[in-house]
Amino acid sequence: MTSLFEEVHETAVGVPVRRVTITVNGERRTADVEPRLLLAHLLRQGFKLTGTHTGCDTTNCGACTVLVNGRPAKSCTMLAVQADGREVLTVEGLASASELHPIQEGFKEEHGLQCGFCTPGMMLTAKALLEENPNPTEDEVRWALSGNLCRCTGYQNIVKAVLWAAEKMRGSAQ
Amino acid sequence: MTLDEIKIGGMGASRRRVEDNRFIRGKGNYVDDVVLPGMLHMEILRSPVAHARIRSIDVSKAWEIPGVRLVLTGDMLATRNLAWMPTLSYDTQAVLATDKVRFQGQEVAAVIADDPYIAKDACEAIVVDYEVLPVIVNPDQARAAGAALIRDDKENQPDNKVFDWEVGDRSATDKAFAEADVVSEVELHYPRSHPSPLEPCGSIADFDRSTGKLTVYMTTQAPHIIRAAVALVAELPEHMIRIISPDLGGGFGNKVPVYPGYVVSILASILTERPVKWIEDKTGNLISTGFGRDVYLKGQMAVRKDGRILGVRMHTISDHGAFFSDAQPSKFKIGLMHSAFSCYDIPAAHLTAEGWYTNKAPGGVAYRCSFRVTEAMFFQERMVQAAADDLGMDQAEFRRINLVRDDDFPHRTPFGFLTDSGQYGKCLDVALEAIGYEQFLKDQEEARKKGRLLGVGISTMTEPLGAGNSREYDILGIKMFDSAELRVHMTGKAILRTGAKTQGQGHETTWAQIVAHELGIPADDIVVEEGDTDTAPFGMGTYASRSTPVAGAAVAMVSRKIRAKARKIAAHLLEVSEEDIEWELGRFYVRSSPDRGVSIQECAMAAYSNMPDGMEPGLENVAYYDPPNLTWPFAAYVATVEVDPETGVWDVLRMVAVDDCGVRINPMVVEGQIMGGLTEAYAMASMQFITFDAEGNCIGSNYMDYLLPTAWETPGFELHEVVTPCPHHPIGAKGIGECATVGGPAAFVNAVMNAVQHLGVRNIDMPLLPDRVHAAINTRSDISGAPPVRTDSP
Repeated sequence: MTSLFEEVHETAVGVPVRRVTITVNGERRTADVEPRLLLAHLLRQGFKLTGTHTGCDTTNCGACTVLVNGRPAKSCTMLAVQADGREVLTVEGLASASELHPIQEGFKEEHGLQCGFCTPGMMLTAKALLEENPNPTEDEVRWALSGNLCRCTGYQNIVKAVLWAAEKMRGSAQ
Repeated sequence: MTLDEIKIGGMGASRRRVEDNRFIRGKGNYVDDVVLPGMLHMEILRSPVAHARIRSIDVSKAWEIPGVRLVLTGDMLATRNLAWMPTLSYDTQAVLATDKVRFQGQEVAAVIADDPYIAKDACEAIVVDYEVLPVIVNPDQARAAGAALIRDDKENQPDNKVFDWEVGDRSATDKAFAEADVVSEVELHYPRSHPSPLEPCGSIADFDRSTGKLTVYMTTQAPHIIRAAVALVAELPEHMIRIISPDLGGGFGNKVPVYPGYVVSILASILTERPVKWIEDKTGNLISTGFGRDVYLKGQMAVRKDGRILGVRMHTISDHGAFFSDAQPSKFKIGLMHSAFSCYDIPAAHLTAEGWYTNKAPGGVAYRCSFRVTEAMFFQERMVQAAADDLGMDQAEFRRINLVRDDDFPHRTPFGFLTDSGQYGKCLDVALEAIGYEQFLKDQEEARKKGRLLGVGISTMTEPLGAGNSREYDILGIKMFDSAELRVHMTGKAILRTGAKTQGQGHETTWAQIVAHELGIPADDIVVEEGDTDTAPFGMGTYASRSTPVAGAAVAMVSRKIRAKARKIAAHLLEVSEEDIEWELGRFYVRSSPDRGVSIQECAMAAYSNMPDGMEPGLENVAYYDPPNLTWPFAAYVATVEVDPETGVWDVLRMVAVDDCGVRINPMVVEGQIMGGLTEAYAMASMQFITFDAEGNCIGSNYMDYLLPTAWETPGFELHEVVTPCPHHPIGAKGIGECATVGGPAAFVNAVMNAVQHLGVRNIDMPLLPDRVHAAINTRSDISGAPPVRTDSP
């Protein structure tokens, strides 16, 4: 991490740390971490990327989903050291400086979110799906999202949002 | 030219949500995202056992871990008179245990450290010596002779009973039963469930000794109630307390109560003079915070041969866990259970209720419902189906005979509520037409001949949403009204604040639409803020579907106050008397000369630059709204299912929902609420429940054991609407957020029962797990979820 001054806790003394270098949203980041530090916590507390949420701590809810080398991973049960040398995409990296990703547009357009807590994980899982399968059926979308829980929407509009994005992405790919 | 209301994002516009702009970028601001300078982290040690005396707590090893700043136990809290706190139902609840632990997961100690990992390590280093006591996990055990006394901390508490309560007319009901041709009976268990918002509970307490000000960021649906509670419990001056409820990752009633973690984090910040963050993990949330339901329901219905219902008896036995901390209006011990049967014309009804302490987590929150109405409507619709079956009458026809007619409003319900509007029969007709009811019955007949089990289930209900009026509804004596404050700036832009607190319902979008409707200011020109007690007017928060009925009404009323002042300004600008002024959306004009007019924006500028002589400057106001009555939305839900007799698995073929919630502010948002509610209804009918083994271990303490439906299981929904405006709400709206959760479960369960009743099965208790359905079909008998304790674990 780059800062002029970083407080070193007494507690860190004697605890073995590992240096990890991770490309996060296209930017190379380096940090010294305890081996037990979870990737979600490195992203949230270390890199201040709080769009990655932790919901259940047990790999069930998927709110913490990020893409590691393009594949969805639940960062609440992945160690930061396991991401060493890899590329991580979080929700903060979805939009470009000037425009939203079509999946983000789709979620807003189709009312695919309410409280917003599951949304980052949902969108990243959807991104991985659409990269592998640009023209999914409703069932394929539902299956792909089945590792991400939502308590607000009932999923119907999330599915519509992903299909909306798929159509837009196919259109712009032509 | 007249403004196009839809174009300015007014009433009826499916305006895309403004809050989404931050959520889709990962820029929401939930409690765990807040970082304050010098912040410490708190972790709570919880009891592993359900009932035990605490012999000793040894925290010395925890103190030895570097980075630990403070270790707190109940004894230390007791020296400050904080070991116990009042609940929302006039009981007491332990903050950190002193004498005993009374449920698995109860808070025993807390560690405050430099980071959450250290705090967790230190919790594991605390040694607690427990003397295990007999465990009570259901009301049957609680009332048995010689049962262990759970609340031996209380004076005048000789047994485990929490309350006895009754409502209705016993003698009139007895008379109705004496005149009945048929008496039907049902006995049900509505299992314990957990609202389980994805985001668990948490707080950051920040006490500043130099100013004496306590700021608490907190996952709360009701920040002003929390401020009052902190003032009373912690004896801090209320003006020095600021509660901020930032973005909430769902609530569903779970974030209404005051939890021990909040209180301990506040004390920890006062003691350390540093900000202290506490973020509960999912297991902590599931095993210790407000649950929903856990009620045994028994009852009878007296019916005449021609299908008329003459009377109803209900008896409820509720399990409240170790502390009676139900979040509900003070007057009613079992919430609004007596709203049951409100949509039917029934002359007599009587309800008795008993509540019991058990060694389970406390709570009894309104889990996406208006105080126990979910249990009430489930019982109602299962009872109605049973009576129709006993009469040999078609279930739709039986409902049609008994539903309150359109010309019969206002209507006094069997338990004394006053309903005011509705088109119940029409809603049912729309639903039956949509599902193709007559054809389905024929298909069902044909399928049965081939051994296939098809079923259709109906649920029709009205429910009381929008507490208060304040005459009848209060929490801890605080009357249930709500508020809105509107400040129109000189350029015609505005900021609106209310006493409600959105947690996904979209207030930032929809409140602006009400202002746009009332004033013609484009919704995009209005920013909405909620959740900060230093800036928002006092209100009771968001739960029980009360925001639109109460705070939403206040938004309309404050807009009208602004309009009344703007009219005076317009008269001044147009140099005519106020009586000569007419209003159209966004503009005042001279009646005799409609071309002469001023816009609301011009009036706003004049309020700061050219007001009439003697007029107070500015264009701001606040409105407190105390509704004259609850709002009464109606819904007809019809589900069709197919049950696989080989496996007991049932699939939803179709689910049709017809909701009449009066005028819809934002149809897109309303439909989102309905679909979310239907999903929770499906969840409870099919898989979602929390149970306990005989030792009081919570089975359902994480998402591997507590099943929630995913996108894969959740069926598709077909939505329809009927609109009967609420006669007393300023914009004709009624509550909607919870209707589908309340009315939905019975539609699914009635459908499965309809598929298997010819096999001799009348009831399977929720959730309708495949093994339960399979067992019912094979044994041709009912399956109860009631004691002896059923865990459904291998």
